Amino acid sequence: MTSTIVYTIISLSILGAVAAIVLYFVAQRFKVYEDPRIDLVEAELPAANCGGCGYAGCRNLAETLVKSETFEGLYCPVGGNEVMARIAGILGREAIEQEARIAVLRCNGTCEHCPRTNIYNGAHSCTIASALYSGETGCHYGCHGFSDCVLVCSFNALHMDPVTGLPVVDDQKCTACGACVKACPRNLFELRKRWKGDKKIYVACMNEDKGGLAKKNCEVACIGCNKCFKVCPHEAIVMKNNLAFIDSDKCKLCRKCPPECPTHAIIEIGFPARKLKIDEQIAESTVNTKKEE
Amino acid sequence: MLKTFHKGGIHPPENKLSAQKPVQDLPVPRSVAILLSQHMGAPAKALVNKGDDVKTGQLIGQGEGFLSGNIHSSVSGRVAKIEEVQDVSGYRRQAVFIDVTGDEWENNIKRDLVLDKEIRYDNAEILKRIAEAGIVGLGGATFPTHVKLTLPRGKKAECLIINGVECEPYLTSDHALMLEKGEEIMVGIQLLKKALQVNMAYIGIENNKPDAIDHMRRLALAYEGIKVCSLEVKYPQGGEKQLIQAIVGREVPSGGLPVDVGVVAFNVGTVFAVYEALQKNKPLIERIVTITGKGLKNPANFRTRIGTPISVLIEAAGGMPDNAGKVISGGPMMGKALSNTEVPVVKGTSGILILPEEESTRPVIQPCIRCAKCVSVCPMGLEPYLLMPLSQQSLFDRLELEHVMDCIECGSCSYSCPANLPLLDFIRLGKSNIGKIIRTRKK
Amino acid sequence: MSKLLTVSHSPHISNNQSIDKLMYGVVISLVPAFLVSFYVFGIGALVVTAISIASCVLSEMIIQKYLLKTEVRIRDGSAIVTGLLLAFNLPSNLPWWMVVLGALFAIGVGKMTYGGLGNNPFNPALVGRVFLLISFPVQMTSWPLPIASRLQYLDATTGATPLGILKEAVRNGEAVPDIMNQLPGHMQLFLGQMGGSLGEVSALALIIGFLWLLYKRIITWHIPTFMVATIFVFTGILWLADPTKNASPLFHILTGGIMLGAIYMATDLVTSPMTIAGMILYAIGIGLITVIIRVFGAYPEGVSFAILIMNAFVPLINKYIKPKRFGEEVKHG
Repeated sequence: MTSTIVYTIISLSILGAVAAIVLYFVAQRFKVYEDPRIDLVEAELPAANCGGCGYAGCRNLAETLVKSETFEGLYCPVGGNEVMARIAGILGREAIEQEARIAVLRCNGTCEHCPRTNIYNGAHSCTIASALYSGETGCHYGCHGFSDCVLVCSFNALHMDPVTGLPVVDDQKCTACGACVKACPRNLFELRKRWKGDKKIYVACMNEDKGGLAKKNCEVACIGCNKCFKVCPHEAIVMKNNLAFIDSDKCKLCRKCPPECPTHAIIEIGFPARKLKIDEQIAESTVNTKKEE
Repeated sequence: MLKTFHKGGIHPPENKLSAQKPVQDLPVPRSVAILLSQHMGAPAKALVNKGDDVKTGQLIGQGEGFLSGNIHSSVSGRVAKIEEVQDVSGYRRQAVFIDVTGDEWENNIKRDLVLDKEIRYDNAEILKRIAEAGIVGLGGATFPTHVKLTLPRGKKAECLIINGVECEPYLTSDHALMLEKGEEIMVGIQLLKKALQVNMAYIGIENNKPDAIDHMRRLALAYEGIKVCSLEVKYPQGGEKQLIQAIVGREVPSGGLPVDVGVVAFNVGTVFAVYEALQKNKPLIERIVTITGKGLKNPANFRTRIGTPISVLIEAAGGMPDNAGKVISGGPMMGKALSNTEVPVVKGTSGILILPEEESTRPVIQPCIRCAKCVSVCPMGLEPYLLMPLSQQSLFDRLELEHVMDCIECGSCSYSCPANLPLLDFIRLGKSNIGKIIRTRKK
Repeated sequence: MSKLLTVSHSPHISNNQSIDKLMYGVVISLVPAFLVSFYVFGIGALVVTAISIASCVLSEMIIQKYLLKTEVRIRDGSAIVTGLLLAFNLPSNLPWWMVVLGALFAIGVGKMTYGGLGNNPFNPALVGRVFLLISFPVQMTSWPLPIASRLQYLDATTGATPLGILKEAVRNGEAVPDIMNQLPGHMQLFLGQMGGSLGEVSALALIIGFLWLLYKRIITWHIPTFMVATIFVFTGILWLADPTKNASPLFHILTGGIMLGAIYMATDLVTSPMTIAGMILYAIGIGLITVIIRVFGAYPEGVSFAILIMNAFVPLINKYIKPKRFGEEVKHG
């Protein structure tokens, strides 16, 4: 009995030792040299593998960062300036700073504002609906509401609001990686400059139809009336194809344009409530009572 | 044994509700909206302006470029506006709106219905007149006919195939046309044979139209080089490639055209339009449209002027049923569902189908159980169960390798799937994305 | 107030099939086999079948609801079919807790671990059966006597099946024609008067079910026909070569789980190939492996293992055997 055990132990030990030696030499022979800095850089990156940088995963970005001479065109939007500064320290290069950005949905065509003209019963996907026809409403530029963007966000920063039928961006979770921008077949998402307190002023409309038609189909459409363009002191507004666009890099959040807009297409978020003049307050309350009737 | 294509195919219920109804003339509506893009290729350029008076048959839109088509007024009256109107895709496109007064035709158009058998023109002249008349494929594809007749260099046609199959359920416009204008179609075939310089033409008709088969066979006896082939009732027998295989036994190669196997195919409606253009100088301004559906009081086949709003057709058939769920331009297998009934009739509108609410909602989607029904019914030998997830995941390289571009979008796969998967939805998406990639490659 | 129209991609009609209809079609086709099993094995058949179906459905419901937290889809009938087919592979005196374990394994490991319906590469009922066979070989190979054990369940009197008797006797060196005289005749085997698992006893009942499946277009005829034909041919060759050591092909086909396996287990939609050519190759493979195990292997019955082995080849078969495309580039001669 004991001899069986002894022989077993000896033979298995010899097998193990032989295997270890063979493996050692094979590992040496087929070793791939990798710059050790790649591991260090990768450790700094957020490991989300979201593709926001334009590369195939965090490791791929780390490799590219180590290999390239400058940081030109290389930036991790999820990590942001902090992470890029740390990486610059590791690699001994100049860090490039970029302004923080946030994804914004440029559409306010809720179920209430933009009524349906037909019922879509195809595959539940915005891309498929866009490929099929002009959409469930009279506005052929607005949000379908079939959640392609929600599915593609790797940071859970988007969810569909069942009442409005529009996706909502969670400012705290959004990393401006750009996945939703690519996913939306109507190009409704934009990565705009991010301000402190997540203040935003933007035109929530992409409708290029003439004013009368746009307004007929959606209460809060941009009708291209030019009023905002005329009042902007910073030349931040561009009018093109019956649509206003506020350039977030030029906008100074002076708040002059939102009250000008006759259809309330310009949305301002994160600001204290405006003090309305007395006659404006009366006008507002009459409008509200009329609606209730 | 009836001839048919070899691979796949399904047998949806025929529902030819308007089959025995003779063609009625739909009265000219009060106003029409004639779209400037009713064909594949570049839209036509408007030649008239607001306030102009036009006559029936007058040229109002000029085709631009090689792949384009002319547009003619289908009514007489005054141009009210040139504005956008929603077409079958829901998008708004340019159209000429005409308020109708009377029905005055252009002087050179012969309005008599006497059969004119004499062929006066040579093949170049035939092509020119077809182009001028704005004739496009009336089977639904709306490919400009004069372009189809201009064969690519090095290719020769051996025979003509005329598509009288009408395999889609519910539709009967081609059937009605053959019964009423059979001999005119024969003359049209002779004209097209001359244009292509071929001696033989085959007319394919499905076996569920025995009266049309008998009628056309009897007429063909008096004409040389025309043979009627009776085909098994199977969808999609009317697909060009399937029809060619059934009649002459040749397979159009993947990525190729029918002329690669020496065949050129036309729909019977197109052939009749050719007859009218050459023998009566009449451009393409009206066509037979089937208006049908189980809830309609009076399903029928109407000779309709191009530009008539669909609501007029529906009224003529007894009005919109209360339980209408979907209004489809075309047949139930490949037609486009409309979002409203003000869409105007275009050259490619073969029929309007109204499905009741109970039949308008897709059943619940279940997981794919690899039952292979989609593979067994695909007439092109593709594997839809594989193409759908590849398209969903945007794996375009593999999709192209799986020959998704061969798909004829017949819908047999989605029809047969027990799990009610939206197979064709995703296959179409894959095709359109790969089409874009291929176009950028060529550049 | 006009109603809104509905819009979707074409086609706008469908053949109104559903997975539920397919599954319940399979259940209906198994009714003749169940009636025969009830007639032959009595209470045991009823108990094992009921417990198996209930456990499968319950397992699926619990796993979907509490473990995976997805929609509970037991209504589609696939768990019921798995339960029924698992029961048909078991002896009628199997203790109830073993049946429950087998069901849990079949659904939990055989189906749910791969992602639920449609994603499993192996036939779940067979996975459960083989699990039980390997874990409890004694109970899984003790077969209650037909007819005699009708009113008994756990205490049923048992005896060897014709295949078992054949295997033992050949091992002992007896000549096959002598063995055959002791066994039930072909007609009895066909009708179901033999021992075995619940579903395999009556070839007649199974063939009736097969015809129903064909009529309802749930399966095609290719897999069962080619599988049985392959077994027939190879056992025939062996029988002609040496009739003293090998039983006749007809005997082989009518005993054991070949008919049940050919008609119900090999044709399982999820785990069988997608093209006709692939199905034929698959069926021939199963037939071959079954014969090899039966003749040269230690087990008297080989169908379950044969099917599971060929299931593993199905993804490969699907990858290389594609349907012939229309307009495939043909080399011009």
